[in-house]
Amino acid sequence: MAKVQLMDIAIARSGDKGDGSNVGIKARTPAIYQFLKKTLTTEMVKEHFKEICFGKVTRYELDNLNALNFILEDSLGGGGTETLIMDAQGKVHGLALLFMEMDVPDELLA
Amino acid sequence: MSEKTVLIANGQGFWGDSLLGPKRLVSEGPLDYLTLDYLAEVTMSIMQKQRLRNPELGYATDFVSMLKEILPTCKEKGIKVIANAGGVNPRGCLKAIQEVVKELGLTGIKIGIVEGDDILDQIPELMKSGETFKNLDTGEGVEQVLSRMSSANVYIGAKPIADALALGADIVVTGRATDPSVVLAPLIYEFGWSMDDFDKLAAGTVMGHILECGAQCTGGNYCDWKSVPDFARIGYPVVEAKADGTFVVTKHEGTGGLVNIDTISSQLLYELGDPKGYLGPDCQTDFTTIQLEQDGENRVRVSGIKGSAPTPTYKVSMSYENGYKIVGTLTYTAPDAVAKAELAAQILFDRVALYGTPIPEEDRFVEVFGTNVCYKGIVKQSEEPAEVLLRVGAKSQNKELLNLLGREVAPLITSGPVGVTGFAAGRPRPTEIVGYWPALIDKTKVTTTVTVEEV
Repeated sequence: MAKVQLMDIAIARSGDKGDGSNVGIKARTPAIYQFLKKTLTTEMVKEHFKEICFGKVTRYELDNLNALNFILEDSLGGGGTETLIMDAQGKVHGLALLFMEMDVPDELLA
Repeated sequence: MSEKTVLIANGQGFWGDSLLGPKRLVSEGPLDYLTLDYLAEVTMSIMQKQRLRNPELGYATDFVSMLKEILPTCKEKGIKVIANAGGVNPRGCLKAIQEVVKELGLTGIKIGIVEGDDILDQIPELMKSGETFKNLDTGEGVEQVLSRMSSANVYIGAKPIADALALGADIVVTGRATDPSVVLAPLIYEFGWSMDDFDKLAAGTVMGHILECGAQCTGGNYCDWKSVPDFARIGYPVVEAKADGTFVVTKHEGTGGLVNIDTISSQLLYELGDPKGYLGPDCQTDFTTIQLEQDGENRVRVSGIKGSAPTPTYKVSMSYENGYKIVGTLTYTAPDAVAKAELAAQILFDRVALYGTPIPEEDRFVEVFGTNVCYKGIVKQSEEPAEVLLRVGAKSQNKELLNLLGREVAPLITSGPVGVTGFAAGRPRPTEIVGYWPALIDKTKVTTTVTVEEV
């Protein structure tokens, strides 16, 4: 096992959905996707964003794109048009997720 | 089978996108259709206000001035233009375009408009007929915002735009059509796709979703940014579409940027909800059926897309006036930059209170930039930043109260803690908060009309 940041094994993009955001994360290989699909839970994402996301986290799977899509409810301080925060549309929530550290089997990193 | 290919590009990902996009797309390579996206939720409310002040306005005036520059090239090459630039006044936009065409000395140009999405004046009538316009996100009743409503537009589909093309339009302007509709429409027209061939409509919808943010699928906002060549001359996306619903996403030869499976996947994930049920006015699309395949350098082939019948309702985008907001900024430097910034914010709120009316705690806003605001709780905070940006402000129904706050930001420089600079932007002013109210409407209650006029 090796400790890596998600940015070493995946890419991401995020945007706003009402008063929340979506974070799409795409694994760099199909094997890494299978690993993330098994291990990257909504609880982990909720804990990672505990000071940003105050609502429910939902996860969707896109096997065809080797990607997972997370919806982070109540994560924009009131929503795109009303909030005063700098990242009003959750534009950097994708990169924020990529800072998460995980223990990954060595063979996936070869 | 015909091997007809239709080339569709998007040169404007949002209102305010680079003017280089459309200008370069019509000149740097082959193209059949140039699509442009101008509308966001807030935009319609701004345009309603513009129209109230001047009944001839209320559309994207930027579009008309941009059109003036590219129209001669479009005419020469036979490139058709489709834009949701009509805002709340497509007819006003039509008139402005007609004037531009005349100024350029061009003739034989047909301009089409699609109307019927603007239902603001019909709301009372529609509610009498049984529409509730409950908030789609919260379930709340619309009554509480009815008197403050500033715009109400139905997200209409691709069919009326395709009808305008069938009537010979060279330029089609709509109000609040969905972003993918402006891309799907030329496919319906060119390939004669039926409105119940849901796999095809879904394919066109996916194409629209990939294109709708312009260069965000050709290397913009992409994690592996170091691998993207020549950002300055980034190519806007061009799609080569086939009648069977498959297509290749690419960009014009010699342009900057990058098209690969990762740049396209990233854009497919943008603002995505449930991937199996992507709702649109013309169909539902299953994003888990999309197959991507690299098809040479800067070419990605897209296929396999499955769709199903749409819902019996359209989405309605409503906006309402919801008070005011203000944010002022000041820069504080070390030592103790964070403590001084926080103190300055407190002084500001205390001073506003000295005028007589304190701003309630819950309406106040303080963000000390440089202390991991965007990555709060995620990235370790540096112990003592050498500089921070204080963003301080409030929300209120009381505009004058916020004006007071705006006035008191600059005085902090001479009557607050030391190590403060950066007031070059001037006094902050309150701006209106536009509340967003998504709802649904029975499709049978919405009538769209198509008008095509020749200059």
